[in-house]
Order: sequence, then structure tokens, then C-alpha cells
Amino acid sequence: MTATPVAKPDEAALAANAKAGAELLLDALEEQGVEVIFGYPGGAVLPIYDAIFHRDTIKHVMVRHEQGAVHAAEGYARSTGKIGVVLVTSGPGATNAVTGLADALLDSIPVICITGQVARPFIGTDAFQECDTIGITRACTKHNYLVESADVLPTIVHEAFHLARNGRPGPVLIDIPKDVQFETGAYVARADAQKRNCIVTPDVPMDRIAHAIDMLRQARKPVFYTGGGVINAGPEASETLRRLARETNIPVTSTLMGLGAFPASDPQWLGMLGMHGSVEANNAMHDCDVMVAIGARFDDRVTGRLDAFSPNSRKIHIDIDPSSVNKNVRVDLPIIGDAGAIMEALLEEWRRRNTEKGLEASRLSLWYAQIEEWRAKRSFAYAPRTDHIKPQYAIERLYALTRGKDVYVSTEVGQHQMWAAQYFHFDEPNRWMTSGGLGTMGYGLPAAVGVQAAHPSALVIDIAGDASVQMTMQEISTAVQHDLPIKIFILNNEYLGMVRQWQELLHSKRYSHSYSDSLPDFVKLAEAYGAVGLRAETPAELDAKIQQMIDVPKPVIFDCVVTKEENVFPMIPSGAAHNEMLLGGEVTGDEIGEAGKVLV
Amino acid sequence: MAVSQSVYPVARDESVAAEAILSLIVDNEPSVLARVVSLISARGYNIESLTVAETDVAKHRSRITIVTHGTAMKIEQIKAQLARLVPVRRVIDVLQEKDALQRELALIKVAGKEEQRVEAMRLAENFRARAIDTTHSSFVFEVTGARDKINAFIDLMQPLGLVEVARTGVLSIGRGSEKD
Repeated sequence: MTATPVAKPDEAALAANAKAGAELLLDALEEQGVEVIFGYPGGAVLPIYDAIFHRDTIKHVMVRHEQGAVHAAEGYARSTGKIGVVLVTSGPGATNAVTGLADALLDSIPVICITGQVARPFIGTDAFQECDTIGITRACTKHNYLVESADVLPTIVHEAFHLARNGRPGPVLIDIPKDVQFETGAYVARADAQKRNCIVTPDVPMDRIAHAIDMLRQARKPVFYTGGGVINAGPEASETLRRLARETNIPVTSTLMGLGAFPASDPQWLGMLGMHGSVEANNAMHDCDVMVAIGARFDDRVTGRLDAFSPNSRKIHIDIDPSSVNKNVRVDLPIIGDAGAIMEALLEEWRRRNTEKGLEASRLSLWYAQIEEWRAKRSFAYAPRTDHIKPQYAIERLYALTRGKDVYVSTEVGQHQMWAAQYFHFDEPNRWMTSGGLGTMGYGLPAAVGVQAAHPSALVIDIAGDASVQMTMQEISTAVQHDLPIKIFILNNEYLGMVRQWQELLHSKRYSHSYSDSLPDFVKLAEAYGAVGLRAETPAELDAKIQQMIDVPKPVIFDCVVTKEENVFPMIPSGAAHNEMLLGGEVTGDEIGEAGKVLV
Repeated sequence: MAVSQSVYPVARDESVAAEAILSLIVDNEPSVLARVVSLISARGYNIESLTVAETDVAKHRSRITIVTHGTAMKIEQIKAQLARLVPVRRVIDVLQEKDALQRELALIKVAGKEEQRVEAMRLAENFRARAIDTTHSSFVFEVTGARDKINAFIDLMQPLGLVEVARTGVLSIGRGSEKD
């Protein structure tokens, strides 16, 4: 039997469409709307860099260390709601990116990380700059790919963007062997790419919405506990939260990640909750009768002692990630889905039920009276000094002097981060970039670079500590090179402040290796990098110096010399419950029991 | 862990640890097994047995069967975490969701003296184990069945000169005409 002739694809047409893998990658990135890549070249990504050289559609910000590239992409993503893109080489390029990927995974930040890999025939031979990138990054990405041929590359890129963006966002890595970057293949458009339907946001479950409204109508001491998920759900979700809170009159507290979703200036706001949250927020969490967690994951920094966590409340948990439900705390009513859509449904149901039968206006008056009593403790009060700049005062002045400006704030990790969260207030989402889950010192400076790249004319401030900032200090060079006038505001207490605070409270003031010896002169350091250096040492000169920092159209390192042994208060000590907070001025040194000492 | 204040019926006893058999239908792509195994180790769960093979050649799907142990809350968490993996299509909690069959195959080497050999043979018949290798001094028995049956057989062989055991781990499939 003669074989039936099979219609062959038009080879000439295919050849005309065929492009090198590096070009296919950039085509796919362009189609996904990528405007900027944060990266660092190296041997295994040279073909991609060559392709970038030939087109001006995508801006490239060259960093000084691959960790900085990922944090910059995170800053970009968090301040825009878009996906941050990273491009680094194989081996050390990939391993240096690992900290950033782990950070993005824990904080649910959408990032695409493209790594070069040695050519396919060299994989597994211990080739130069080879490492098992897929193996190393498996635990710190949402998913990762080793691209086996140029033909599948565009489809993988489109699927990677789908994964990074949808469900609970996170980092996705694409490892591309160097010979795949040269190999030719045909482009596959986003619409044609066969994506696995692996992330499906479920429909809003109306029976659960009705149930939740039943609980909220009966509640006399309700509280909204909102997290980074509200911010990830987009600005509309923050808007919906505001309407929902206003119409239900339920007070709102936010996690560190969720700051800005609800305006800090609103009287219904209780402030941040958790280890260094306000007394009113933590007590409200402890005493409430119905808790609605929205896009928050009952992190240990929020819950304190689990067996004493909000003992008398019924808990509703709204989250897009089913694995967040019942992970740390058992909840009574989980609702899986998009935070914005679910809050919208809650609001509609609330209105419908209220038109049927109104609620007593005074149903929450006792609750608010109790909240006012807690608020009267003024848990963020501190004693100002005239000879020293108190760190809290420095943040308050920074906040006051930046009003009316288009401000974005990033932070490093430690005491300064908590003071920034306590004393710098956010009324809008996407304005606050901080490493919450992983607690990555060195996050803030490169994150500020990423934010400024996205918002060239905004005022971008990295509130930093003298220890953290040195972990990624080299990125000031990136800022200078790319004319990104970020402001690095260092609260300099010559300590690893949070480590020192814990040593004071847990280890009888044995300050083991927490003193920052041999600090650089930050002003001279700024000048050496071609940036502007400023220093303030007294409260009297602080305002003028901050104003100078704001006015200079260049990157600034601001050395704010603050009180050395100041502690962050209030504080829930390790192993304690929400209603056992320490306030400033009442510390004796034996607040933390033996059981608490083993906790981080 | 705090006692639940839930007004809703709790599906399983919250505090008692029990065995769970999880069947995973996954895309058979490179490193899918590594993803499953490293997730389980990274989150501190334990694996008592694990089997994996491609079961749908056309669709490139494999079935991974995991036996694990934990409280209901922990098992729910393992299931939710596994379901988050991109190549994992379905997670089936076999003992909870289905009327399911479970089978394991074991090869058991026994080297005993006279009466022990007779007794081993007699027990093997009761367990429907086959001697697939016989020498003057040893047997290798092949036995299939649920885990408990195999455990019981191994226990019985212990005093009769048990030398070595190889087990496949549990396989499971739902009864009836429905597809998992």
C-alpha cells in the first residue's frame, strides 16, 4: 500500500518565521508587556544580551549583584501590580538570585526569573558555571522550567507569566541552556500557547457568603484582619475593603504586608497588628467574637502564642490559596477565592440583608468604647529628646515632610522596619515595600531601585538600618548609573538593632556580635559612588537635612544618627499572647520565659 | 493547638494521628517526582511508602501513591500543598473519599530448618503467597494484599527464619466503574 502523502507544513513559511531562542524569548516578553528587565550578564546569557542590544523595546537595568536584581523586580512588581522580570546567568548568577526568589515566594510577589544554563550537551558534566538551577530553586519558586528546545520556549514563557500572576502570586524561574538561545524555532503567540489550566480561581461560593453575613450581623465585637492578599488582589480590592468596612462599621487592622490597603488615617483603622503592632489592634484580635481574615495567613509574627490566639472568636478566612486555610489556626468558615470578588459579594449580601431588616446602629458601640480605651494607652508614645534624634522622631519627621508628595517607601529588615511601619502611615496600597515573610536584610535598597525604575518622577525612600543597608550597598551604583534618585534614609544606631534588642530581652544584655564596628562614613561612601551624602546628628538640624534630601534630584545616602539603645515597642514577647504586650518603659529583662526563648 | 471553636461539625478527630493514602495524578514530566518528594521533606511530613509509574501513555500522566501519617489537619495541609504543585492534576485522599482497593506486593526471603520450612509453607498457603524461588535451605515468597495482611505475614515469618523483605509500597484504585 502506498503511503498517503501527508500535507507538509510550508517549510519556507516556517523558516521565515523561525528565530533564535533568544529572540523568541524577547518576543514573548514583549507580548507579555514587559517594559523593564533587571539583570546581570554572563557567559550563559550572552545570546539574550545580544538580542537585547538590537532592540530598544525593553529597558534593561544592570544591577551589581543578582540578589539585587530580584529585589528590584519585587519592588517594581509591588509598586505597579505588574510582574517583575529578572535575567541572570548560570551558576553563581542563579545561586545569587536564590535569596530574592525565596523572598518573593514568602511574600507572594510575582516575578519571572530567567537564568542561563550551560549548553545541553554540557549539562551534568560539572561544566564551567554550571549548577543544578532547577534543583536549587525548586523549593524557592512557585514553579520552574528547564527549556529543552527553542520550539517550546515561547509557550513556557507564556505559561510562566500565567503562573506568576494567577492564584497566589509568586516567582517562576525559566532556565534556558545557551544552545537553546541560539537554536531556531517558531514563535507561539500568547493566545495560542497551550497552557495547563493549573490555576483556576473558583467562583464565589454564595452559600458561604450568606453564612459569613449571618455571623457578621450577629457579631458584637467583629474585626477585619487584612493582609498582603488584599494588595495583591489589585487597587479595586483595597477600594472594596474600604466600602465594606465603612458600611459594616467593622474596625480594620492590617498586617505588615497589608499596610496601605486600608487608610491609616481612617478612624476605623486599628493600626498594624502582630509582634510590634498596636495595643488596640492586638487586643481587638484577642477579644473579638468574629474575625474576618482577608488575604492574611496567620503568620507566627501575627498570632503570637497559638493556643492563646483569639480564643473566643469564630473565624472567617478569605484566601486565594487553599493551603493557607487551617495551616496554623483552625478557622470556622474558609472562603477560597479572589479577595476583591469575595468582599464585593459580602458587601452586596450585607446591603441586601440590611434592606430586609436593618441592624441597630448601636450594636458596636460597646466594642468601639473598648477600642477607645485601648487606644488611650497610646502604645506608640515615646519620650522625645533634644540632644539625640530618637528613631521614632526621625520617621515622624520624614513622614511629615513628605506629605503631598508621590511617595513610595521600602525598608530593610530590623528595628528601622518596625518603626517605619509604626510611624510612617500609608493611605494607599502599593506604596509600601518590605520583606515580611523571609525578613531579608538588604531588601530595601534594590527594591527602591526597582520602584524608582517604574516611577521615575516619584519620591522613593528606602528606610534602612546601618547593618542591613551594607548587605546590598553596592546597588547604589546601579541607582547612580541609571539616574534613579532613590533616597536611602539610614537610622544609624551602630547596632544590629533588632538582634541587640532580643539579646537585651532574652540573653541578659550579652550583646554577642551585634555591634556594628568599623562602620563606613556613609557620607563619604555616597560621594565615592557619585551620590549625595547627608548626615543629621541633632533634632534641630533634622528637618532641614530631610528637606535637602527630598530636593536633591540625585540618589542620596542620609546618615541619620539616632539613639543607640532604643527598643521597638510595644512588643508581644515570644511565647506570649496578644493581650500580654510589653509597652515601652516597663521592661525588666525577665519577660520572656524559657519556653519563649527557643522561639525565633 | 487550640481546641476548635467551630460551630461546624469537624470532619475527623482533630488530635488523633492516622494513616492516609494519597493518590496523585500528575503530568509525567522531568522532576515531577522530585517536586513531590522535596515538598514533603521540606514541610516536615513523612512518607511511609511511595510508588510511581506512568499510567496513561497518551496523556503522559503518572500516578503517584503515597502513604503518610498525621492528624486530620496535617493531612489536609499535605493535600493542599501537593495540589499547589503545577504538574499535580489531582490529589485523591483514598481512604476518605472513596471506597477504594489497596494492594501491595512483597517478596519475602525465609531460610529455616526442617519444621520451620513446613510451617512457612503452610502459612504461605493460608496467605496465598507463592514460593517463586526454592532451594534446600530457603524460599522466596511473593505475596500481595493490603498492608496489614503483608505486615501480618512478615510477623509470622519472623520466627521461621526471615532473612529479607522487599515491598512495592501501596497501590490504590477506587472500586466501581468511575474514574479517579
